[in-house]
Formats: sequence, structure tokens, C-alpha cells
Amino acid sequence: MQNMTISPAKGNRKFLKKLKERNIDVQTCYQCGRCSAGCPIADFFDLQPMEVVRLAGYGMEEKLLASETIWLCASCDTCATRCPNSIDITGLMDVMRELALRKGIKPAVPQVPAFHLSFMESVKRWGRTYEIGMIGAYKLRSGDYMGDMKLGLSMFMKGKLSLVPHSIEGKPEIRDIFAGKGKEYER
Amino acid sequence: MKMAYYPGCSLQGTARDYNESILDICNTLDIELVEIPDWNCCGASSAHMTNHEVAMRLSIRNLMQVKDEKLDILVPCPACFQRLKAADKALKHDPYHWDVDDYSPKFELVHISTFLAKPEILERISAKISRPVGDMRVACYYGCLSLRPQHLTDAVNHEMPTTLETIVSAVGARPVSWSHRTECCSGSLTMTRPDIAGKLVGDIVRAAERGGANAMVTDCPMCQANVEGRQLDINPSGPHIPVYYATELITAAMSGSYPEKQQKVHLVSAQVLQNHLNQAALSSTEETR
Repeated sequence: MQNMTISPAKGNRKFLKKLKERNIDVQTCYQCGRCSAGCPIADFFDLQPMEVVRLAGYGMEEKLLASETIWLCASCDTCATRCPNSIDITGLMDVMRELALRKGIKPAVPQVPAFHLSFMESVKRWGRTYEIGMIGAYKLRSGDYMGDMKLGLSMFMKGKLSLVPHSIEGKPEIRDIFAGKGKEYER
Repeated sequence: MKMAYYPGCSLQGTARDYNESILDICNTLDIELVEIPDWNCCGASSAHMTNHEVAMRLSIRNLMQVKDEKLDILVPCPACFQRLKAADKALKHDPYHWDVDDYSPKFELVHISTFLAKPEILERISAKISRPVGDMRVACYYGCLSLRPQHLTDAVNHEMPTTLETIVSAVGARPVSWSHRTECCSGSLTMTRPDIAGKLVGDIVRAAERGGANAMVTDCPMCQANVEGRQLDINPSGPHIPVYYATELITAAMSGSYPEKQQKVHLVSAQVLQNHLNQAALSSTEETR
């Protein structure tokens, strides 16, 4: 990190503006480290939560969006809850994940967004989660065909996975939500 | 008593038994539950992690389905609870932004453990107990989303919650003091990174054992499935620690039994609850002699 320019690159001012809109005030971070200390997944991160917040403050979007951390964060909200300056670190992770997807940046942990998108596809189609369909879509997307076969089978045998999807009446409304209705002015 | 009810997707799938125990308790306590008409998925973690607008609008639609109703909404799943609370707060803050003209709800969103731990509800539960759950030592496990972040959940004490301990004590179980009550189990990563979930679950289970527990009790369907399921990988030959829903303990204490059919829904052996009920029955017959 020694030879980095710390003033935000031109394009990244937009990123800082986005954070401001979402009330995520990364500039108040004074690197106390409570977020990193309490994070249950920090051992697996390539960037510690306190590093993420600092880099965000510098507007260093590229490094952040390419990190494993944004995908491994489970959104447990321990960091945000304990931050003495109430920085919404989970919200920051959300903004970065969404931005990475919109920009088509190759995710450092591809199976995680593959799972989320499979989940969302199921909600878009039925209005509710259809577990078996969602798991199938995830397996196809991620190529992880054999993972958890035994556990999945056991859950199925125990009647925990429904064969048929639960569909709702208001599917057209759900489709509108996914199509971005109401969001026109935000674009 | 009458309440609106948002079961959420898990309670129709992996946590169907959770739903059954809730309906059973409400039936016994004369609490009528009215399901939110045509509710949709709250989007859970996947929505807010990938698309803020869609995430908010999914939960907003659920609230709009009941916006003129006066009944408080009972929400068992912590993930649904947190998402609905987020939508509720966003609408109160700026309804117009979300294309809602006016939002002044007469209902409150109530998480199930907050509801069950109310003194008047506990009193009603106690009156229906046929056999207290013996001397079972349980580790109450809250996980994340019914508590955090506090500005959304309005949890009374998000670092040191007490609702589950209050509930299990009321049915005769003995909550142990332990370290990982509000630690994340990484349920949202369990399919994609079983290695991480395995590590976190291992830490949680060992902490519960250190605390002297022979069972865990939760109110979260993701924690329940993840903490039971991952134990099978990290420790295939066992022994495992079962994770019960707090509501299962209540129905067991009310009916005096924890039938095999219910035990079998668990991914690990869940016999310990029935064993304790049997012991409790034995000691009470000895006392009468």
C-alpha cells in the first residue's frame, strides 16, 4: 500500500457520491478496528473491514470491487452495529456488490453472486423462493454439481424441500419491481 | 387475540416444522393468525446484496398489502423481520421516494421471540404446560438478523438479548451462559462456501458444548438448518448437538411429548428433548409416591 495515490481518481467521485446518497459516511472512520475485530469471517477476507472502509474513503473503487471481501461478507451487521461512528459498513458492502454486478466486473468469488442471482431469479419467476429450482439454477450457474448432494438429499427425504413452487397472484407486480418500475428517476 | 402473520418462504420449505409449531402454539393460546394476503418473498440477503431498489420494493409490497390494517404483524424469520423493518423505516422516512403517497401504519412488526417473551404471553403459555422440559441445558442462539442492525430491528439489547432465555426458562429448560449467542453462522454462505460455514458452525457448537449445553435453541430457520447441517460435514461421526426452535420446546412442554415424527425432521439426532420429558415425567411420579 506504500505507493498509492490517495486522492480519489476522477471516475470514482461518483462512487463517493453514491455512498453519500445512501448515508454511508466513510470519512468519519478513524481506524479503531472494532469492525475487523468483531467480523466472524475476517480470517477469510483479502481486505479487512477497516481497510475496506479506508479504501472507500479514498474512493478506490477498482480495488474494492475486485476483492473477495465484498462477496464473502455475510451481512451479519456486527461491524456496522459496533462502529463508534455508525458507519453502515454492511450498506457499503451492498453498494459495492451491486456496482460490481452492474459494471460486469469479474467477481473474485464467482459462486456467491451465482447463488444470489439464482435466488433472485426464483423470486422473480414465482414471487416466492422455490428452493429446488433455485438450487438447480445455482448448480448450473456455478458448475458445482456435486457439492452437498448428501445434505440436499437428506433434506428432501425429510420433507424440507417442496417439489412444487409456491406461486403468488401478484406475479405481474413482482415482474414490474424487477423491471425497475418506480426507479426511472434514479437512473 | 388476533394478529397478522408473515410466515416467509423458509417456513413453507426447510422450516415447515417451525411453522407448524407456531400455528400449534397460537391455536392453543387462542391467538388467531391472519396471513398477509398474497405475500411475496422478502428477498432476504440475496436481494439487498445485489439490488437495493428491488430489495426495498419487494418488502414494501408486503407492507402495502396490509397498510390499512390495524393488526400487528408476527414475523418468525429474522431475515424477513429485518427486511420488513427496513422497508417500514424507509417508507416512514420518505414514502414519496417509494411511490407511496402516505404511509402511517397502525400496526407494528413483531419478531416472534419478542412476542413470546412478553409477560402476558408467557403467563398464558405457563397455564397450558402439561410437562416442563426437565433439566435440559440449552444454549440459546440468536444469530444476527432479529437483532442487527439495531437502528432497523429496534432490538432492546442487541449484544445481550434475553428473549430466548426467558422463553425456555418458562417451559422448564435451563439456559446456559455461553459466548456465541449472537455470533453469525454464515447461513447465507453455506451453499457457496461450506468451508467458511463449517468453521463458523464448528466454533459455535464447541462454544455451546463448553457452556455445558446438550441442545441449542434458536428462532432463525437459516441458523437452524446451517448449524445442524454443517455439523454433519465437520464431524461426520458425531456426537452432534441438535438445534430446536424455541417454539418446539413450547409445544413439547404443552403436549408433554416430542414425537418421533418431529424428531425425524432434524438433520441430527434430536432425541434429547424427549429424554428430558421422560425424565421429568419419572421424577414427577416419584414425587407423588
